[in-house]
Amino acid sequence: MADLRCEIAGVKSPNPFWLASAPPTDKAYNVERAFKAGWGGAVWKTLGEDPPIVNTTSRYGAVSLNGQRMAGFNNIELITDRPLDVNLREIKQIKRDWPDRAVVVSLMVPCEEAPWKKILSAVEDTGADAVELNFGCPHGMSERGMGAAVGQVPEYVEMVTRWCKTMTRMPVFVKLTPNVTNILAPAQAAKAAGADAVALINTVNSIVSVDLDLMAPTPTVDGKGSHGGYCGPAVKPIALNLVAQIARDPECSGMAISGIGGIETWRDAAEFIALGSDGIQVCTGVMHYGFKIVDDMISGLGGWMDEKGYGRLSDFHGAAVPNFVDWQDLNINAELVARIDQDKCIKCGLCHIVCEDTAHQAISVSGTGPARRFETIDAECVGCNLCAHVCPVEGCITMAAVDNGKPYMNWTQDPRNVNATAAE
Amino acid sequence: MTDVVDIRAGRLDNETLAENFADVHQPYDKAGALVEANRCYFCFDAPCIAACPTGIDIPGFIRSIATGNLRGAAMTILEENILGGSCARVCPTEILCQGDCVRNGPGDRPVAIGLLQRHATDYLDGAAAHLFDRAAETGKSVAVVGAGPAGLACAHGLARQGHGVTMFEGRAKPGGLNEYGIAAYKVADDFAQAEVAFVAEVGGIEMRFGTTLGAEISLAQLRSEYDAVFLGLGQGAVRDVGLSGEDLDGVHNAVDYIAQLRQAADLSALAVGRRIVVIGGGNTAIDIAVQTKRLGADDVTLVYRRGPEQMGATGHEQEFAQTNGVRIKHWLRPVRLQGEGDVRAAIFQTVELGADGTLADTGGEQSLPCDMVFKAVGQTFVPITDDGPALADGRIAVDESGQTSLPDVWAGGDCVAGEDLTVQAVQDGKIAARSIDGYLKNSGS
Repeated sequence: MADLRCEIAGVKSPNPFWLASAPPTDKAYNVERAFKAGWGGAVWKTLGEDPPIVNTTSRYGAVSLNGQRMAGFNNIELITDRPLDVNLREIKQIKRDWPDRAVVVSLMVPCEEAPWKKILSAVEDTGADAVELNFGCPHGMSERGMGAAVGQVPEYVEMVTRWCKTMTRMPVFVKLTPNVTNILAPAQAAKAAGADAVALINTVNSIVSVDLDLMAPTPTVDGKGSHGGYCGPAVKPIALNLVAQIARDPECSGMAISGIGGIETWRDAAEFIALGSDGIQVCTGVMHYGFKIVDDMISGLGGWMDEKGYGRLSDFHGAAVPNFVDWQDLNINAELVARIDQDKCIKCGLCHIVCEDTAHQAISVSGTGPARRFETIDAECVGCNLCAHVCPVEGCITMAAVDNGKPYMNWTQDPRNVNATAAE
Repeated sequence: MTDVVDIRAGRLDNETLAENFADVHQPYDKAGALVEANRCYFCFDAPCIAACPTGIDIPGFIRSIATGNLRGAAMTILEENILGGSCARVCPTEILCQGDCVRNGPGDRPVAIGLLQRHATDYLDGAAAHLFDRAAETGKSVAVVGAGPAGLACAHGLARQGHGVTMFEGRAKPGGLNEYGIAAYKVADDFAQAEVAFVAEVGGIEMRFGTTLGAEISLAQLRSEYDAVFLGLGQGAVRDVGLSGEDLDGVHNAVDYIAQLRQAADLSALAVGRRIVVIGGGNTAIDIAVQTKRLGADDVTLVYRRGPEQMGATGHEQEFAQTNGVRIKHWLRPVRLQGEGDVRAAIFQTVELGADGTLADTGGEQSLPCDMVFKAVGQTFVPITDDGPALADGRIAVDESGQTSLPDVWAGGDCVAGEDLTVQAVQDGKIAARSIDGYLKNSGS
């Protein structure tokens, strides 16, 4: 099988699958179990200053979609609620017992030099491989001037990262919040300060649901709710975009990326790596199914790499980045038309009704009952893909390329773009 | 045949009997219903709707289940089919809605529409189920004869419009075949009566029991006393098999025995043979075969003169019988029943399909030893003798709206031509109610 060994900012692990800083990495008991299950690394749940914080009950909210539990997940839990020395002792023990696994320690202390200096030297003593600065947590801690409150101000990101870079020999990962207008601002600030890697995304500000009996957001604490951090499969598209934005930014070049956000399968991981992630981190997936899912992530990724002829992760790392372009660089002359395989069609008519009601009236219906037939009206089809997305039968509707003989032309070259002409 | 006749009660203990006659369908819990509801593709112009005799908006009610709108789901069903609860239990969905589900392809399975309909209508159990309001009273009155599915559907439709309905039922209880004819485990827990109570809850429906048309009441009398009449008479007679030995002890009409079973307070008191032969190939044949088996009969054989394809019972029902331990034998024509006083054997002639499509004897005879024989070869309509409406093929002739040859008399259900299904009877009653309503509103006062 392909070599899955991973190196990110000098931190090595037997595979790219790490657990993200979260409840699954709160203590040695869990991390031990994770490493036994085969996880390549773990980012310890965020340490802070003593005395430890206090958490509420309950802490988690979830979105079920069409019977699928936890399609989206959120939490209002804070950083570790255990004393610092307990965590440090356990981290040291774990690193000693599992030298081949990546052990990274997430940190969050007030925006002053002294507390950072103090905690960094304590962590260094554990033998951990790196630190991850938690500038992402969007709830609770941000109200105390930490977490996302730092990540949302690029100057703070740069200042604290710079302190840490000067205070420790350990590689510094900067964990970014997605709750910003432009992810490049904090990412570039981290780069300017010398960060070895960025880790993203942290959770998205969210209210997952409203309890219509209690008339309160969930999760509900004694009748009230607070916004929480959203994660799980639902946030993967947001995370992929933010990772890719950084991966293709020349200013961020050379800074490693640890991809996070809704990763539950080997395929999710492959997509993050193809868009420039050097490694990936998982949380909701294991909080839904337990640590065992890593078995399939390892065999699935390895099997797919073998099939594709990729010997190691670097063989496809970032391979999709050059194909991630601005809209204006897309070929406006490329043409697709929907093709319906009549042998596969089960006559549900969804393609017809969605095109009729909400798109381009490009799929006709003829006949009745089991004999009805749905066909593309080529002259009306704009190749939007909607029908192919709604079709429940795999491979029944495909988008076929039309050979229109036209060469590549993007919007900046298109005579229909009056602004393009005016600019010349 | 040296052994003795073995017909007796109490073959099984009460606990086993309770299990055997409990609800045959495991209803969905909320999570199960949600998963199944989300399997529905919400098809455009869905084929399942066209396949439902009452035209229920099936994707619509399934979507309501998926969104947690059970009241809306129940309303969508009951607006078209007021007996949606019993239809969810007894409809042969595999040849109706589920048979036309687009998910019948290889490797797939149709959406469990029947069970989802049951989930939605079971909502009525827990809810204060006043779903339908009655219009202001019109002062018009309609006599509905027969309190089976057709009569109930018609009565509900008319009562909603504000007309006064009086139902005349020959038996002691309403519900028709749901109460007396359907296999017990399909409508367990006295469901038929609960459903009738729900139907009557709309108001304006009076029920009179023990009043049979042609005995206590006459059509002429009803026509003179009411503004309109609906006949939901069902089929009062059973078809003859025409065998020698039918008068032997132990030979029964399946429908009579089933009615007795359905009304039995104590199933362990019901006598049943050790070896049973059922003659017929329809749902009644299946129902009597499975129910006698579940009462404790040792050896139940259902004999049909043609092949599985020609049986009135669906493939699903045949399989159900077989998985219940009923042996089904085909291509055997009953010849005679043998015995002295008690039936001891049923004799069959082996047959095959002739070139002209009729059955031809192949010369072999088979004897099936038995203690009981059940005849289930179909039922027939008993015409009204005194100035009744015109007939067609032995049943009451009606037009599309259910109107008979008599201007103020409508009919529906098993006493008119068409599929003998509960769901069809409901549709007949519903259509007739609309037509009667129009007639009454146009007829002045």
